[in-house]
Amino acid sequence: MAYKKRLDGRKFDELRPITAEVGVIPNAIGSAYFKIGKTGAYAAVYGPRDLYPRFLKNPKRGVLRCNYNMMPFSGAGDRVRPGTSRRSKEISLVTNQALLPVVNLDDFPNSVVDVFVELNETDAGSRCAGICAASMALADAGIEMKDLVGAISIGIVDGQVVLDLDYQEEAYKDGHVADVPMAYIPSMDKISLLQCDGRIKKDDLLKGLEMGKKAAKQLIEIQKKALKAKFEVPK
Amino acid sequence: MNKGKRDHVIHYLNNNIRYDGRKKEEYREISVETGVIRTAEGSARVKFGETEVIAGVKFEVGKPYPDSPDAGTMMVNAELIPMSSPDFESGPPGIVAIELARVVDRGIRESGAIDFKKLCIKHGELVWTIIVDIVPVNAFGNLFDVASLAVMSAIKNAKFPELDGEKIDYKKLTKNSIPMEEEPISVTVLKIGDHLIVDPIPDEEKVLDARLTVATLKDETIVAMQKGGELSLSTEDIKSMIEISIKKAKEIRKFLK
Repeated sequence: MAYKKRLDGRKFDELRPITAEVGVIPNAIGSAYFKIGKTGAYAAVYGPRDLYPRFLKNPKRGVLRCNYNMMPFSGAGDRVRPGTSRRSKEISLVTNQALLPVVNLDDFPNSVVDVFVELNETDAGSRCAGICAASMALADAGIEMKDLVGAISIGIVDGQVVLDLDYQEEAYKDGHVADVPMAYIPSMDKISLLQCDGRIKKDDLLKGLEMGKKAAKQLIEIQKKALKAKFEVPK
Repeated sequence: MNKGKRDHVIHYLNNNIRYDGRKKEEYREISVETGVIRTAEGSARVKFGETEVIAGVKFEVGKPYPDSPDAGTMMVNAELIPMSSPDFESGPPGIVAIELARVVDRGIRESGAIDFKKLCIKHGELVWTIIVDIVPVNAFGNLFDVASLAVMSAIKNAKFPELDGEKIDYKKLTKNSIPMEEEPISVTVLKIGDHLIVDPIPDEEKVLDARLTVATLKDETIVAMQKGGELSLSTEDIKSMIEISIKKAKEIRKFLK
């Protein structure tokens, strides 16, 4: 037993290959595409714009409204039935809460900033990829932010603490698996997303969180690089 | 409709100018990439200028319809997600998405592009179903033509997954492609005032009088049509629009991979 070597050959604290790009959806105020391994997420920001239905309006500040959706062909197995599901609604909620601490919408009362996250292909870690894409898209839209947000999963595969689980690790059969998606805001040293799916000991979790925090900082550097690249003058 | 905008569009068309500087019968830059979605059995990303659409093919197996026990089936669906345009709202497909999906479906189905008989696994019991989903990434006009080309490209790109009894093993793809007989190409022509244009941007679509989508084969046979818009067309209009469609289909066909 014991998970000595990762199935795809990565180090235990190594991220999958990442590509990030902003401004990919010209119709949107801000947009981004974030791909980690074989999981790809688009995010588009529309707004601040008028919010309907009216009872959702907040006269004190603008409302952030995130919506997570998987494209019908983005699942590894069967086709994903279009439309909202219990799963997508919950992920929309936690995505919203992961980003809320960094955005300042005080200047936009009664308005909404819509963030649409769309996965075009998935291989585990889709909510975290979506949060990274949304973080970049919000910055690209010029929304006032205290920091960017780095989201990544940590977890346990057969007793070993690992970073950024892919699907074959989540589905590992020969031992217990825990999947812990998290989002980290470095400048505030705060965690804004934390879920856990599976068995993990407290000490392993704390070890994993440190691993995740370090990775989140790397993710934010990648986000910043992509944001800067949009404004670079071609040579 | 915004009359000011319409007058403006027509004023410029009278001088042979469009908002983005193109000629009336000129398409934007076209690009087609296939095999872009690893979780789909076939896929394509098609761009006409700023309009970008992904089409993905997923296979399912199921019982055939009782009236055609030896034929597989196909479903084309469009998800006009609010990410791709400020004009789209969340929720179940509205009439715009439904018309789009049905017009794309018709072009392929009625041309006999796919030999559905070859999708039969066991007579009367088990057949393949091809599901093609159209998802715009950025919707900036002419979804009909972009989606049609994306769906055709995705179908041509698709490989059947392996079948384990009556279950699909999506992890293993065979080398077998979907049996294709024809390759229809759709071209939509818009009528605005006295002008006929192709490949509209949203400002042009919003002020159209009528549109005609025509799907044609290589030998110029018409296989499907859809007239849209609130105003009617003369026979003369229809003749001109079909002629433009046939001419432009030859250009677009070169991009079909």
